[in-house]
Amino acid sequence: MVHETVLDNGLRVLIQEMHTAPLASVWCWYRVGSKDESTGQTGVSHWVEHMNFKGTTNIPRDRVKGIIEQFGGYWNGYTWIDQTTYTETATRDALDRMLFIEAERMTNCLYDPADCESERTVIISELQGGENDPDTLLDQELTAAAFKAHPYRNPTIGWLSDLETMTRDDLYGYYRRHYVPNNATLVIVGDVDVREAMRRVTHHFGAVPPGDVARRPPTREPEQLGERRVTVSREGTTAYLKIGYHAPAAADEDFFPMVVLDAVLTGAKGLNLWSSFRTPPPQRSARLYRALVDTGFASSVSGGIVPTLEPFLYTISVTATDGMSLDRLEDAALAELDRASGGNVTEAEVQRPARQLRARLVFENDSITNIAHQLGYFQTIGSWRTAEMLRERIDAVTLGQVAAAAVKRLAPAKRTIGRFEPLPAVE
Amino acid sequence: MTTILQRGLAPARTVLPNGTVVIAKHSPTTPAVTIHASVRAGSEFDPPLQAGVSHFVSKTIDRGTATRTAARIADELDDRGVSLSITINRHAMWLICTCLVEDLEPILALLADVMTHPVFPGDEVERKRGEITTLIRQDEDSPATLAAEGLLTDLYGASHPYGRRPRGTIETVETIDDAALRAFHGERFRPASLSLVLVGDIEAGQAIDAAARAFGAWAGPPPAASNLHEAPPATGRRVRVIPMMNKAQADIAYGFTSVRRSDPEYYAHWVMNNILGQYAIGGRLGDRIRERDGMAYYAMSALDANVIPGPLTIRSGVSPENVDRTVAAIDEELQAFSQDGPTEKELAESRQYLIGSMPRTLETNLGIANYLQTEEFFGLGLDYDLRVPDLLSAVTRDAILAAARRTLVPARATVVIAGPYAGHVR
Repeated sequence: MVHETVLDNGLRVLIQEMHTAPLASVWCWYRVGSKDESTGQTGVSHWVEHMNFKGTTNIPRDRVKGIIEQFGGYWNGYTWIDQTTYTETATRDALDRMLFIEAERMTNCLYDPADCESERTVIISELQGGENDPDTLLDQELTAAAFKAHPYRNPTIGWLSDLETMTRDDLYGYYRRHYVPNNATLVIVGDVDVREAMRRVTHHFGAVPPGDVARRPPTREPEQLGERRVTVSREGTTAYLKIGYHAPAAADEDFFPMVVLDAVLTGAKGLNLWSSFRTPPPQRSARLYRALVDTGFASSVSGGIVPTLEPFLYTISVTATDGMSLDRLEDAALAELDRASGGNVTEAEVQRPARQLRARLVFENDSITNIAHQLGYFQTIGSWRTAEMLRERIDAVTLGQVAAAAVKRLAPAKRTIGRFEPLPAVE
Repeated sequence: MTTILQRGLAPARTVLPNGTVVIAKHSPTTPAVTIHASVRAGSEFDPPLQAGVSHFVSKTIDRGTATRTAARIADELDDRGVSLSITINRHAMWLICTCLVEDLEPILALLADVMTHPVFPGDEVERKRGEITTLIRQDEDSPATLAAEGLLTDLYGASHPYGRRPRGTIETVETIDDAALRAFHGERFRPASLSLVLVGDIEAGQAIDAAARAFGAWAGPPPAASNLHEAPPATGRRVRVIPMMNKAQADIAYGFTSVRRSDPEYYAHWVMNNILGQYAIGGRLGDRIRERDGMAYYAMSALDANVIPGPLTIRSGVSPENVDRTVAAIDEELQAFSQDGPTEKELAESRQYLIGSMPRTLETNLGIANYLQTEEFFGLGLDYDLRVPDLLSAVTRDAILAAARRTLVPARATVVIAGPYAGHVR
């Protein structure tokens, strides 16, 4: 059972007792991600996340290391298009420490100028490491081509020129604007007592003043009028194909039918961004697997639809089998997708993914870290109650809804096709 | 006879009359069971001229049995939302999946059929050959993979099972046919090669009974023993550059052969590695290369003490202009470590972390299953989780200093750099 409290300063607190292991997991979520960045400052959300691990007024830089590890704990954070989040999972006696760290992170990070400079090269290294992978590079190009107005087009890591020119004051200003309690959700799951945990939350966060986030009005991506294409030709060994369609937002009535449709096409993944993609989906009977991998056109195929605040992308990613022409692969993939976009999905095909998804939802709730993630994730893009209703929402999806979603969402004119064409190495 | 320990993880372990080991642990967190089957059929058993057979078997073993087609196997798994993951390491092939408790019996029956009666149909083998070739080609385009695999080749030699590429090469994979796959399966898949771990919401006794029903009738002689030999330690420093000028970043793999898992100095090496390249964000190496010098997104070390002295590997990805500085920084950190050893504070922190993180390691069914397979593989005993705190507490600064002086010697380091780097680091 989830206990929800909103402090006077606007901080939303979600606590769930789970006494399966002597552990507690804390996640602190901020409603800020790369969609909130302006031109010239792409990547600022992610860079700010990095800076928020580099000491605070009351946690000197040299005391950061070990502050959670001494409780056998683990910490991490991530930034994506709608959110920035920080997490610690450790033994239950570390709860107060974890809350102290998150309160410090919300209010007192240092942004030492030398640290900002040093982190610039770390992040550029992270960007370049990603670019070593042709699949990552193609994904970035496809996303940029699929959106022409909405900031979802920008990579979360940022564009290189922005990373080279942003200043310490840009970072600090962004941090101060967005890291306020009324823009955050604090989640605690584990071997804790709700009342005691709430007492500690109030102690650490109660006096933090709210702030004016001054969120700008969202841009609606104009309707796509025709198919778009992007081709990356670079030295490499392997050809990749990606097909992106505009996906519904999590709150859209089409969202869960699309999740089922994706399971029909590429196998059921589950809906936990933190854990679902770590194990491959059951996909050997999925349509695109049978059409592309069983036939030898491709060595792998995957689909990705993720709950987002605003309409993002449903992306199919395909790796060509060595020696297979991209044209033949693309023809085979589009033939299968166009068949689906005709709406000819069968009842049996929809029933199987529903069963698969029910099992995946059980599997991905196997740790307090994963459960806490889901509460905060869904609250940040809507309501945590969605996390508790995933099974009902999937069970309620009808064949007609899946067929209608396929017709509406997979229309050829609304897709963007990305190709990575490997060029032979230059000696 | 079934052995049950009452404290700690306290799994139940039994050996079936055919030699199969079954280990079960009741864990009621979710209504699911994780099945972890480990077969002594890793890449060390590849025929010397056919690197990649074990990996090829892992890709094809679930593609048809005497009584089930590939499509039927796919349907039986997919209908239950089960994704069967089959992977190899040097020593073992792992078949791992998680299913709902109510599906345990049919999934165990399916797994037993896949493991005991695969037929390796010709069309499936040809298709998988294409997939494997693609994987090898992708590896050849990855600086991180080329650096890591190149380091192992240079440490152990290209024909040693630790030095060969586990997936084989385009040329060796070309020579592997269905007969080679059947021969490998026949030699390595024996009841006594299998260790089966079941963790989930089922009483241990019931889990063992279910395993016995699925695997108890499997008969066959024990498999041939491993005859891995130790690699001679490096006598000097070796540096190799794999130029990949089209890439954005260079990957550095820097390492040594270390110790056996059974070596009395293993525990000192374990803590040493944690201090050097794991603790918090990459230990001393992460502190230096990422946090202080700002040169890399990652810098860390990994210890693989194994049935022979496995590798201790230091990894970092850096821009080309920082390669020389990063290698120099690693050299300096190792020298400092070998000179003074860890501080008391470092030792206390790492020890506390390694002991304190055990509940987290053992939180999920998969985490427990992995742990129990490691216990079984190295013969650590069912009470190992209870003994770890004392084993780690017994490690002293002097023991770690001795471990560092034995293993972390820059003058005997092997270094491989893959990426857009044309320099001449030494």
